[in-house]
Amino acid sequence: MENLRELYQQVILDHNKNPRNFRKMEHPDGFAHGNNPLCGDQIDIYLKLKDGVVEDVSFDGNGCAICTSSASMMTVALKGKTEAEAKALFDSFHHALTEDTAYPDDIPLGKLEVLKGVKDYPVRVKCATLAWHTFDAALRKFQGDISTE
Amino acid sequence: MSNVAQYDVVSIRNDFPILSREVHGRPLVYLDNAASSQRPRQVIDAVRGLYEHSYSNVHRGVHQLSQESSRLYEDARVAVRGFINASCVHEVVFTRGTTESINLVAQSYARPLLKAGDEILITHMEHHSNIVPWQMVCQQTGAVLKVVPISDAGELEMGRFNEMLSDRTRLVSVVHVSNALGTVNPVKTIIDAAHAKGIPVLVDGAQAVPHIGVDVQELNADFYVFSGHKLYGPTGVGVLYGKEKLLNAMPPYQGGGDMILSVSFEKTEYNTLPYKFEAGTPNIAGVIGLGAAIEYVRKIGLGAIAAHEHGLLEYATKQLKQIEGLRIIGEAGQKAGLISFVLDAVHPHDIGTFLDADGVAVRTGHHCAQPVMDRYGVPATARASFAMYNTFKEIDVLAEAIVKTIEMFG
Ligand SMILES: Cc1ncc(COP(=O)(O)O)c(C=O)c1O
Repeated sequence: MENLRELYQQVILDHNKNPRNFRKMEHPDGFAHGNNPLCGDQIDIYLKLKDGVVEDVSFDGNGCAICTSSASMMTVALKGKTEAEAKALFDSFHHALTEDTAYPDDIPLGKLEVLKGVKDYPVRVKCATLAWHTFDAALRKFQGDISTE
Repeated sequence: MSNVAQYDVVSIRNDFPILSREVHGRPLVYLDNAASSQRPRQVIDAVRGLYEHSYSNVHRGVHQLSQESSRLYEDARVAVRGFINASCVHEVVFTRGTTESINLVAQSYARPLLKAGDEILITHMEHHSNIVPWQMVCQQTGAVLKVVPISDAGELEMGRFNEMLSDRTRLVSVVHVSNALGTVNPVKTIIDAAHAKGIPVLVDGAQAVPHIGVDVQELNADFYVFSGHKLYGPTGVGVLYGKEKLLNAMPPYQGGGDMILSVSFEKTEYNTLPYKFEAGTPNIAGVIGLGAAIEYVRKIGLGAIAAHEHGLLEYATKQLKQIEGLRIIGEAGQKAGLISFVLDAVHPHDIGTFLDADGVAVRTGHHCAQPVMDRYGVPATARASFAMYNTFKEIDVLAEAIVKTIEMFG
């Protein structure tokens, strides 16, 4: 219970109540809809890229506190990252929440570190990773669009 | 109230070994009974006893064990017949559960009969298992699925129901007790109205049989289906009750062993009821466990159980309504023992995790009833559902845990 309280206190009190970059985006370069049918979490990720760098990323939707705050923190963490850096951060974050071993090429998670506590609540891991998977899908779509052009 | 006073919940709880365990250092408060209830020792012992003493395949051998297993298996069918008051034993078909029972009726009853433009009538409060099999059969036949709307309180709009019963309606399929809202539907009235137009009715009794006495003859239901695992019995076993005349006219659902009288490569003769619908080796232990569960429920008495659960529902409704920022979804006049709710400040999924930390098991999500969630504009709800072994003290624990959760998010 204490762990849980701590996890939520660090994460939700701020980001759940005041999610950052919580807005639709006009004319995004990348867009994907994420859906967690088990709990009804729905999230849209919008993305703008310039010269291979994430210039802007925002989200919209409806989810639990872990989902919302993770999405909010993700948008903050991703801005200014190159596509490759963003992808590496996703891998590192995903690894931290799902694996016991240290990540081989450990990339510092920075503020995302607090979400590692979610690992103790296995059924909630997908709440924390939904935004990231959706971002990944948006990025792939963008990349796919480019490569087919 | 006198039977409530005599109701010995302590001794009932003692029959359920799992109820004495702890979760996260707290006594387990199990309020997820609508998803699946727990098993009394009597059921566990019946299954163990079978395996330790009598187990063999059924209906196949002349040897002693096969005969013992077959007898126990058929005894369970007799128990089910009595429990729902079917007019004869062979109207009771064992299936994997409610879901399979509905699929069986969809494929064996509805599919051969349906023509393009025919209608199947369901309601807005159905479980996915009473929606999808009909969508599938509609796709196969060109029939159309019609949905009776529900009110803000979570009651069927009976006026609309009567209007929607049309010349093209071939079957009505309706839930007896809603797993998402707790609503007890007026199935008798529904059946009478449908029969007046010559339309048969399937009743999804998954949430009804553990909580209210069901008499299929009095209801005059054409099909009545339920699962063992919500009725204190094993998983993977359920019942299709069907009127003999209808079942006899239906082709088998699956082909295989046990459902035949004779097989040659030219011609196969199907077995009689109920075996025609029980292809292959059945869930023998499951069926026998279900028989033990029914015996257990009958010993306590559904009247007493219903009265106790009604008391819990009223008390919980009162307690939860006092919590600011809590909204109950589903406030029908006739409700069985479950409460779906949402909190202004906390997403259901977070509620579930915080209650769990206090040892309280509730279901959170869409309860396999997404159209209901859409109807009330919520992505999900938290649901506390009661069983014969829950106590008033447990409701207090639930209410306290909710208040603490709200404070946390405050
Ligand atoms: C009303 C209702 N119908 C059908 C079902 C499906 O039952 P089963 O999953 O046991 O087949 C359930 C259980 O979740 C239910 O609550």
